[in-house]
Amino acid sequence: MSDTNVQRRQFLKTSVGAAAVAIAPGMLLFDMAHGKSEAVSSKVRWGMLIDTANCADGCNDCVTACNKENGLSGGLSPTDSQWIRKVELKDMRSGREVSLPMMCQHCENPPCVDVCPTGSSFKRADGIVLVDKHLCIGCRYCMMACPYKARSFVHEPLHDQKPDVPRGKGTVESCTMCVHRVDKGQQPACAEACPNKSILFGNLNDPESEISKKIRTVASIQVRADLGLNTGIRYQGL
Amino acid sequence: MNQMASHSPLQFKNRLYYSLVAIGGLIVLMGLYAAHMMEQHGHIITGMNNQIVWGAPHVFAIFLIIAASGVLNVSSIGSVFNKPAYKARAPLAGLLSIAMLAGGLTVLMLDLGRPERIIVAATNYNLTSVFAWNIVLYSGMFAAVVVYLWTMMEKRMNSWSKPAGFLVFIWRFVLTTGTGVIFSFLVARQAFGTAILPPMFIVISFAWGMAVFHIAQSSIYAWNTKSMDEYVQKRMRNLMGLFVLAALYFVATYHLTNLYFAKQTEFERFILITGGVYPLLFWVGYVLIGNLLPLLLIYHPAFGKSRSVIVASLLIILGGFSLLYVLIIGGQAFPLSIFPGFEASSSFGDGAIGLYHPSLPEILLGVGGVGISFLITAIGIRVLDFVPHEIPKSP
Repeated sequence: MSDTNVQRRQFLKTSVGAAAVAIAPGMLLFDMAHGKSEAVSSKVRWGMLIDTANCADGCNDCVTACNKENGLSGGLSPTDSQWIRKVELKDMRSGREVSLPMMCQHCENPPCVDVCPTGSSFKRADGIVLVDKHLCIGCRYCMMACPYKARSFVHEPLHDQKPDVPRGKGTVESCTMCVHRVDKGQQPACAEACPNKSILFGNLNDPESEISKKIRTVASIQVRADLGLNTGIRYQGL
Repeated sequence: MNQMASHSPLQFKNRLYYSLVAIGGLIVLMGLYAAHMMEQHGHIITGMNNQIVWGAPHVFAIFLIIAASGVLNVSSIGSVFNKPAYKARAPLAGLLSIAMLAGGLTVLMLDLGRPERIIVAATNYNLTSVFAWNIVLYSGMFAAVVVYLWTMMEKRMNSWSKPAGFLVFIWRFVLTTGTGVIFSFLVARQAFGTAILPPMFIVISFAWGMAVFHIAQSSIYAWNTKSMDEYVQKRMRNLMGLFVLAALYFVATYHLTNLYFAKQTEFERFILITGGVYPLLFWVGYVLIGNLLPLLLIYHPAFGKSRSVIVASLLIILGGFSLLYVLIIGGQAFPLSIFPGFEASSSFGDGAIGLYHPSLPEILLGVGGVGISFLITAIGIRVLDFVPHEIPKSP
């Protein structure tokens, strides 16, 4: 064998070794970052049942918890993002007053997803409606289409974002049902924070879940049920 | 070139032309600067907010897009319905259409929250979105009109101008339907969500397109010290009057139907009576300035001359902007009915009239779009032969 050939082999061996050393930590980190990925499935449909009778007038704990969890400023100007808000209602005929939290209703047939030109608004298999911040071009058509005024547009540059909750100037956002917590087996921040346990979170597709049992036994409604969107959020006592 | 004047007026005209182009360019630059500011600071520097999500830029853009479709009526009457007087004007109509489409789409694109991602609209395509359909419709419209212009201006291709004209004729109907459907598909907004909007937009486009055409045509004739054939002028003037009346009929039907539905009367009361700037713009801006005065100028025997037609056209355009402002912005200012039967209040404007004050940057952006349309038209007319020739060439 000639010297040149030996040298070439040596060089190839060293190169392969160096490449392996360079790539291995990356592969390891990639695996660690993604963990054991299990796709969400449509066997689950996440939803909430909100008991308006227990929702205290003036209590804002769910809103505060949401802002803290998702890194929202909590500002109340018309250009500030509000993923959840307390709405005070007064029946125009009887005068009965109700207070309730309002957020993305996570529709089964979401108008925002239908109208989004890039498919950035999407519904996960488990029923959570989200915005892909990398695809949103900021046209705001989804905000025009949403019957619940659930979405906000980021009007200003953002600072100090939460690593689990990506947001971006010039894109649209809304309640994610705290998808980052739900995927870890936790409750959405608002449900956890409610002092009166008025927000019951659970799997609507599991007949044995607490939320399914309760929906079977108490009267509850979907807001603007006439639109036929089949929302994942239901209200009791409205 | 059609400059047939003697030397010194020609020089003067040249200077005037270049100053007009320079002014147009400046307006476009200001619009681009406004867009740059909006991108840098975010939409916080506009008057738009989470309740009024589409504002002044959309009024400008939608006006330009609707008029871009309507102005092609002139060419359709020539190519599809074989009227020689209109055939002579078809190239100019085509140029105006491309110019306004370009202006309108630029405004829409630059108003996006992330205009630099516009390519995503082509790479990720949602088939259920009318916005996504419109991307195809608008770019197809450009292509169709360019081909149509080519078949008209290139002698060897003249025999194809009829099929090309027919394609444009169909395409613009679909395009304006697509523009109307953007609003028709909004299920929960009381101002929108009705199937009358696409046909209304189509009829309105005839009137606005004709008005834009009249202004462009009169300017070109005045520039070249040519005078229009009186018969042709009368025909075109009366046609514009008819379109204005037809558009008014659609707008009236839209509001009358709403007034009949108990659930819509609050909305109509807001738009027509109590809504402040919106009723004012509707009655004074649209009905009076955009309809009654132009109709008087068109049909009253004392008027109807070339100058009154120009004034009528300008008024129709002003009325058009008023109507779109009322429809688009007034339609969002009226609160969504999320809890029918309840009075609602919240920190997010539930149950409250949305406030909107257009800011300078967004107005500059909109006006910049008009500037783009003007520049394309002015340069197009200078470079190519778009001036209507009164004796039409046989196809």
